[in-house]
Amino acid sequence: MSTLAVHDHGVAGHDHDHEHHHHDTFITKYVFSQDHKMIAKQFLITGITMAVIAMLLSILFRIQLAYPDKNFPLLETLLGRFAPNGRLDPQFYLSLVTIHGTIMVFFVLTAGLSGTFSNLLIPLQVGARDMASPFINMLSYWFFFTASVIMLSSFFIQKGPAGGGWTIYPPLSALPKAMNGSELGMTLWLISMVCFIASSLMGGINYVSTVLNMRTKGMDLWKMPLTVWAFFLTAILGVLSFPVLVAGVVLLIFDRSFGTSFYLSDIVLNGKIMPYEGGSPILFQHLFWFLGHPEVYIVIMPAMGISSEVIAVNSRKPIFGYHAMVYSLIGITTLSFIVWGHHMFVTGMNPFLGGVFMITTLIIAVPSAVKTFNWLATLWRGNIRFTPAMLFAIGLVSFFISGGITGIFLGNAALDINLHDTYFVVAHFHLVMGSAAIFGMLAGVYHWFPKMFGRLMDEKLGYLHFWLTFICAYLVFFPMHFMGLDGVPRRYYAMTEFPAFNRWLSVNTFITWAAITAALAQIAFLYNFIHSIFFGKKTTQNPWNANTLEWTAPVEHIHGNWPGEIPTVYRWPYDYSKPGHDADFIMQTTPLSETMSSNLPHDFEDNPAGLQQYNEWAKTQRSSEEVK
Amino acid sequence: MGFKKLINSKKALSLVAAFMLIGTNVLMAQGTGADPKAADSTSKADMWLGVGYYVLLVLLACVIVAVVGKILRVYDLSLRMQGKKGMNWNNIIGVICLIFLVVSMYGVYWSFTVQGNMILPESASAHGGKIDFMFWTTTVITMFVFFITQILLWVFLFKYRGSDKRKGYYYPHNNTIEKVWTIIPAIVLTILVVFGFFTWRTVTNTDNLKNDINIDITGHQFAWEIRYPGKDGKLGEVNYQLYTPNNILGVNFKDRNSFDDQKADTLVLPVNREIRINIHAQDVIHSVYMPHFRVQMNAVPGLPTFFKFTPTITTADMRNRLDNPQFEYLLYCNKICGGGHYNMQKVVRVVSEAEYENWIARQKPYLTDQIKKELHLADASQPNKVAENRIALNN
Ligand code: HEM
Ligand SMILES: [Cu+2]
Ligand SMILES: [Cu+2]
Repeated sequence: MSTLAVHDHGVAGHDHDHEHHHHDTFITKYVFSQDHKMIAKQFLITGITMAVIAMLLSILFRIQLAYPDKNFPLLETLLGRFAPNGRLDPQFYLSLVTIHGTIMVFFVLTAGLSGTFSNLLIPLQVGARDMASPFINMLSYWFFFTASVIMLSSFFIQKGPAGGGWTIYPPLSALPKAMNGSELGMTLWLISMVCFIASSLMGGINYVSTVLNMRTKGMDLWKMPLTVWAFFLTAILGVLSFPVLVAGVVLLIFDRSFGTSFYLSDIVLNGKIMPYEGGSPILFQHLFWFLGHPEVYIVIMPAMGISSEVIAVNSRKPIFGYHAMVYSLIGITTLSFIVWGHHMFVTGMNPFLGGVFMITTLIIAVPSAVKTFNWLATLWRGNIRFTPAMLFAIGLVSFFISGGITGIFLGNAALDINLHDTYFVVAHFHLVMGSAAIFGMLAGVYHWFPKMFGRLMDEKLGYLHFWLTFICAYLVFFPMHFMGLDGVPRRYYAMTEFPAFNRWLSVNTFITWAAITAALAQIAFLYNFIHSIFFGKKTTQNPWNANTLEWTAPVEHIHGNWPGEIPTVYRWPYDYSKPGHDADFIMQTTPLSETMSSNLPHDFEDNPAGLQQYNEWAKTQRSSEEVK
Repeated sequence: MGFKKLINSKKALSLVAAFMLIGTNVLMAQGTGADPKAADSTSKADMWLGVGYYVLLVLLACVIVAVVGKILRVYDLSLRMQGKKGMNWNNIIGVICLIFLVVSMYGVYWSFTVQGNMILPESASAHGGKIDFMFWTTTVITMFVFFITQILLWVFLFKYRGSDKRKGYYYPHNNTIEKVWTIIPAIVLTILVVFGFFTWRTVTNTDNLKNDINIDITGHQFAWEIRYPGKDGKLGEVNYQLYTPNNILGVNFKDRNSFDDQKADTLVLPVNREIRINIHAQDVIHSVYMPHFRVQMNAVPGLPTFFKFTPTITTADMRNRLDNPQFEYLLYCNKICGGGHYNMQKVVRVVSEAEYENWIARQKPYLTDQIKKELHLADASQPNKVAENRIALNN
């Protein structure tokens, strides 16, 4: 270990002593907590709250799509000027779509997912007392919280929230007079995102340094669970790509407020000739998607890591192809930096460049395919235990297949000509990113709930939650493929102006009802979650019989995670159902010397002394058998 | 125990019935009262009744779930009390997985046959045929993978559902298999990439043909302007600084090519002729989308773009093929551009060469009398307005 680790250790120890003298106050324990487990819970609960809000927004605009001609007095009561006569205002519709997308992608699936599980699991699974910098960790949460508040506050201003789509392409987003959603609401959006990115960077730097410097004895990189690998690579991806979005956003702020023309040129708006010259709207798209594409992997990789772990634990089998799983994550991380142009095939970007991006894009499908096959191979001949977490992890695999496959269409520039910005894209990313990542996150919540709250969630409600949500998600997104193939564009307030789209109205109504059912199914989750925090059955220390380090820590949360010394790690985390061992799991903290009968030559790969010992043991074993 | 269940479920049933009755009554009442002109207070009250009804319905669903949960728990306990094992959820879920597979496969089949029939008709342009071929190739390959992997997934779940009697099979890796399933997708994707790359290159080819028709399409909030080049086949230059309410495209009438330019309301195209649409935007990004021709290109302020294609099926012909006398090709906006984005369309009509000549002869020149008047006035009062502007900005 590096000296840094030793140093940090000392600091943590000091903190520990400190804690004994001054008892935590409510404020330091629950509000400005620096304990990674508490910060994880803060992220989770904020994330769930934001998810519920974003889900309700989606129900609002789905109602508009299903009943474009009906008035709903209730809407006017709830939304006032945004829904005159009980019908959504077209500009407010776009604001709803925008804020729904922004909250889901950034606040729920980036901060809610990485923030919760990286914080909870990195220290516990690599064997550290806390994050490298608990203080920055706390700041990270509070920046995130501030960003959330600013984003939501835009609902309470005169012109409403930002409305240019979650990708906020200028000039639409740069010209306040272009739409209501480009006025103050857009300014708030931009400020909120700057806070968000600050939070994300602070978190990311912490995760990377904790993984690199603070692993316990024996925990070399190749003994880390796939969760930690995924969080680690996700953090790297975020640290390298989010700053580019800051650059893009800051230039946009300049264009909006200080009269520069980074993204603007040749504009006549509402009959007014604007003074901007020489900028390029395409520049923003490059900057945005340089983050935007990695972002979608920032969203899915932690979910993949969680699912890999949950699937292995509940199949009672080692994850198939651990090395391949890690290499494919590394491959995805690297490749995701050079595919952003596939969002821009028809923006007027040089077509040759489009061709190049098409090649890189389809390459990235290879590591994704490998991951899928490895999950299937892990299930094969397993002894599958259907916990709710397991079901959600399986849901991720199913969604990832369905949504990944449509990526092959979209990644093909020639096909994207007709598919770009249609409902086909909506279907693609809601399956492969939206649903898959949410399911990964829920798998994590069900699986590590006992670790977070010391109690168990109700399994049967979990089953109900899973099946309803899973089926409804398919009912919502599957038909959208065909709408896209019929050329139905996304971000349309109503299809009523196009007689040719009338036949999709019944489909839209159906989708809305499926979405409402899915939303109601979340009651089962919320009830289960909140009820179990207070009244759930008390958990045992290792309720799932899992191998990883977090289950060696006591159920009662203590500052510093382990009461005595941090446990040492002797083996990889996936020794499930190992032949020759009586239990179907061997924890990472069990030395090989205690499991002679189940050891394999493979276990001693870079440990010649151990191998020799093992061979001797095997020899005596054999000879004693011969004697018998 | 069994009795208790019965009572429970009977209670629940009668509750459902009662709620349904009240609910429908309330809803009916609302149906008549919800007339927007009805007195405000009554409609408000009705509204809250309606809301209350749905809230009750949801609560009822929750109660039912709770009751079923209790029943399951009681059943489970009774099993245990009889000395048997409790309910085996691994088996139950395993079976549900299998049922889900069968039902969802039927659903996919239904969706493909019913909704799959509602997609765009065959391409009405020359390059679109290539794109369609590419599309169907990709579909066949990917659907094969889709069905195989999903079936394996759900069958594995059923087949290997947990039991106390078995242990998982310790099988951490197999390099050969892993190589195989890295290389096979790589090969398939390479084929698709190469094929797609060449299709893309031919579609976006930039060499100029002699005989093509150049048409300008300009997007602004929330309409399209269409400009034909007139007899000389050349479009006059545009400059956004020349914008006036009459000359909204800012056509530069110092450019002789602009004199015979024509304005049109419909995009009329002769069949089997190469068309080049030049795409402009004035305020924000729009996108020219003509899905029947497999044409899409963004309209970007400050960055003129274009798309070349050859329509191959006339509107009349397509009407026959689709058996739909109302059918029209459309051009619509496909990039979020503000509140009116959802209604920014133009009719596109593909006609025979003769019909086209006939139609184009009747289109009005872009240079209207009003613009002429305006130009004279401008010339008289401020001879070098444009030039001055330029200089000022270049400094
Ligand atoms: C199999 C690999 C994948 C390929 C080849 C692929 C390809 C594409 C392409 C070409 C687009 C642009 C479509 C368009 O706008 O016309 C797209 C959109 C998108 N993809 Fe993927 N994708 C893949 C996997 C993923 C994954 C794993 C995620 C997320 C976890 C994801 C999330 C998204 C999102 C969010 C969008 C839409 C962005 C927007 O315009 O709002 N994709 N994908
Ligand atoms: Cu992408
Ligand atoms: Cu538009």
